Amino acid sequence: MERIRERVIQIYGNLVSLLQKCIFCILSVGPIPNHIAFIMDGNRRFTKKCKLMEGAGHKVGFSALMSMLKYCYEFGVRYVTVYAFSIENFKRSPEEVQSLMDLMLKKIEEILRKQSIVNRYGVRVIFSGNLKLLSEPVRLAAERAMLATAKNSKAVLSICVAYTSTNEIMHAVQESCEEKWDEITLLNSSGAGYGLISLGGYEQDEMDHLIKLTDIEKHMYMAAAPDPDIIIRTSGETRLSNFLLWQSANCYLYSPSVLWPEIGFRQFLWAILNFQQIHFYLDKLRKQS
Amino acid sequence: MDFAKLKRRLYYWIHQIVNILLRLMWHLLHVTIHLCYFAINIANALESHLISKGLLRRYKSLHISKLQYLAIVIESEDCRTSNVIELLQWLADLGVKHVCLYDMEGILKKSKDFILEKFDGATLFQENDVLLDQPLMTLEFASLSDGKEAVAKAANVLFMKYLKSGSTSSYQGEQIFTESQMGEALKTVGGNGPEPDLLLVYGPARCHLGFPAWRIRYTEIQHMGPLKSMKYGSLIKAIYKFTMVQQNYGK
Repeated sequence: MERIRERVIQIYGNLVSLLQKCIFCILSVGPIPNHIAFIMDGNRRFTKKCKLMEGAGHKVGFSALMSMLKYCYEFGVRYVTVYAFSIENFKRSPEEVQSLMDLMLKKIEEILRKQSIVNRYGVRVIFSGNLKLLSEPVRLAAERAMLATAKNSKAVLSICVAYTSTNEIMHAVQESCEEKWDEITLLNSSGAGYGLISLGGYEQDEMDHLIKLTDIEKHMYMAAAPDPDIIIRTSGETRLSNFLLWQSANCYLYSPSVLWPEIGFRQFLWAILNFQQIHFYLDKLRKQS
Repeated sequence: MDFAKLKRRLYYWIHQIVNILLRLMWHLLHVTIHLCYFAINIANALESHLISKGLLRRYKSLHISKLQYLAIVIESEDCRTSNVIELLQWLADLGVKHVCLYDMEGILKKSKDFILEKFDGATLFQENDVLLDQPLMTLEFASLSDGKEAVAKAANVLFMKYLKSGSTSSYQGEQIFTESQMGEALKTVGGNGPEPDLLLVYGPARCHLGFPAWRIRYTEIQHMGPLKSMKYGSLIKAIYKFTMVQQNYGK
């Protein structure tokens, strides 16, 4: 009896994945998004809704993330970005922050194993954000993961931790200032010295444009990936909560009403279909700007 | 006939037929979605008609005071001033006090004087205005250049300030600027108004079209469809939905 049941489940699983493959074949006639970003909202609400133990929602959320990654990479999306932990999240209770960090540490180690999704699809993992704010074990694990996957080139997964978009802009502005500063000191190293004197060679007009927009853009944490095509935020929330504000100018924002752990193939499909419907318009915008 | 050649031909034709079939299915799928959206739009139009007639009770009392600052993003190609003025009139009727009008190319900015002249219930928003209850609506006009370009300008302001402060030590790795300093610098270059609570997008897609990034950290973004088919009822619904939202700000 048990064996028959197992067999039935297996056949059902095969059928589902065959159907998914067929759907992907049809969908790939149209444009395929290059970059999809996720705001994984609703793990705590899911815990409450299903009356689970505290923290269980995040674990279910992680497996939801794995299946979304699988859909993305199988469909041919090269870049995936997830909002894992915001700088604002540090304001939560210390116990909750700690348990989230523990979970993250465990999962980072998990994805580095041989059979994991990262190795199966040749994914390079990047951690974006102000990593200095993380506790040492997590930061080291993140660095290890980046190093271990640095050679993978088929796809990219950016995990935003200790990230907010305004902090990213701030950081990029500062980096470009530093770069400019180094440039000026180098120019003047043989001459008078530092500070204001070193700017003697510049006209007032030039001085107002020392730092260019391209300088700032190349110092963004997300500079390694193209701007996202779709941002998916679950739980039906319609704000970006300080995520990729700079990069989302021509991006389709999709907010399905399901909680993050409940997200599945249906929502992914709908996001792609909607994207294909408005792709022509978004493409036009991108060419204009 | 050569067997290998026949086989190649056969594969070629199978490939072609499969391709055509896939294409057909794709178009069929998208036509179905078009039809779905068509039906949804009709339902929405009906609902907004009922709302504007005041037949749906829950939309009757709006806590408009929760909406301090409203941003309207409009697709540049659809920017017809007559529509914009009508929209502003609706907002004024609802009691919205502060509105920022945005379009990418700055068409609204260019017709600023015309809009202010035609719509006499508003004054121009000044940078130093405090968001107070006042009889007239304040209007702000923004475009794409108030976003990233303003950030680049602000970066130069910060850089100059830093140089002038006479600090000569290298600041590798240290945080020298704070977000509030950045906000101040943006203000001096004219690129930082208040953060809107709600942003309504009038255009083909749910997309903020490059509204100044610094100002939309926790802004609720709602898609309203094209400006030419705007409806009073759906405006009420969007604001009602906004007033029902709870935010945690990351906590």
